[in-house]
Amino acid sequence: MKKGLKAGARKKRRMYLLLTSLAVLGLAVLLVLNALEDSIRLFYDPTEIAEKGIKPGQNFRLGGLVADGSFETHETDSILVNKFIVSDGNETVAVIYEGLLPDLFREGQGVVAEGAMNGSGVFIATEVLAKHDENYMPKEVIDSLKKRGQWQEDDPS
Amino acid sequence: MHKFANPARFMRLSNMFLPWCTGFTVLLFALGLYYALFLAPEDYQMGNTYRIIFIHVPAAYMAQFGYGVIAVASAVGFIWKHPLADQAARATAPMGAAFTALALVTGSLWGKPMWGTFWIWDARLTSMLILFFVYLGYIAVWQTIEDQTRAAKIAAIVAVVGLVNVIIIKFSVDWWNTLHQPASLIRLDGPTIGGDMLAALLLMIGAFNMFFITLLMWRIQSLILRKRIRSLRMQIGGGQD
Repeated sequence: MKKGLKAGARKKRRMYLLLTSLAVLGLAVLLVLNALEDSIRLFYDPTEIAEKGIKPGQNFRLGGLVADGSFETHETDSILVNKFIVSDGNETVAVIYEGLLPDLFREGQGVVAEGAMNGSGVFIATEVLAKHDENYMPKEVIDSLKKRGQWQEDDPS
Repeated sequence: MHKFANPARFMRLSNMFLPWCTGFTVLLFALGLYYALFLAPEDYQMGNTYRIIFIHVPAAYMAQFGYGVIAVASAVGFIWKHPLADQAARATAPMGAAFTALALVTGSLWGKPMWGTFWIWDARLTSMLILFFVYLGYIAVWQTIEDQTRAAKIAAIVAVVGLVNVIIIKFSVDWWNTLHQPASLIRLDGPTIGGDMLAALLLMIGAFNMFFITLLMWRIQSLILRKRIRSLRMQIGGGQD
């Protein structure tokens, strides 16, 4: 009987040991991640860029939605030059990118571009990636909604 | 609880369940693949390319489910000293690692045509890669430490440490901005994928889950049998000496 009690106490001790180590570790990781917040984030949105006052030539990633009606592309010396505006609904940044854009690149859709600002406040991108949102919908549903004029192309939610 | 920890009892019960589980797995895969490849419509943005979701999401889910199994089994083994729990945790690890690799590879193949890159060091992708390495580390502990009781103890600690990362994976897309999309399935305001697409995805997740459980039963059985062979060998060897 006495032996059984001892074994029970040991089990309890091991359980507390496991739980406290998990809690302490979780807290430590939380603090580290919090401190590293700035380097873990993938991109800055135009508002943050305006606030931070990033210097020209400094490399970073810009993220946001491609503003409607802002996309234009033309070919000079067989190089595709793309111009568009990235917006977060508050501030905007003009982007110039030479090269091929990914399939999913569209006005109203998210992009993440890597590059730097030039002297006149235009973002010169070296790489443009398309961001896909969490919505999946059948093509037919969108087509019929468009037909009935109920589909809003620029649904901010 | 001790009743189920008995290896002989596990062998008897799992032998009874295995044929049913195998049949159910095959059925779910047949149904899921039919939904995924034929019934689910094209996506309005990605067309047919999105169909890789029916492998990618279940694989990523099983990668984390497997880790959950390891963590729970390890905790049970560590606190109550059940040998079967340790064996279950050990048997799960290579499967979890394989599903993590599958999620990483399918994600990469999906990323190239849609995002424009195979890989980016965003929080979701990086934490998933860390999960893969945690699995490898966990397997390495079992492989390198000879004394099985000591190996079980250290592996359990590794498992619990790695649990923090699984939480980070889930919330990485909410805590930081990433290239990877936020959750489509498990979210407060309900799934952002519907109809036959959702049905196909849920069926495939069910199929992967059944496959995982079936395989896990098989693996625990083989680990129990291996242990038995080892102790029989030792008995024979002891008799001869």
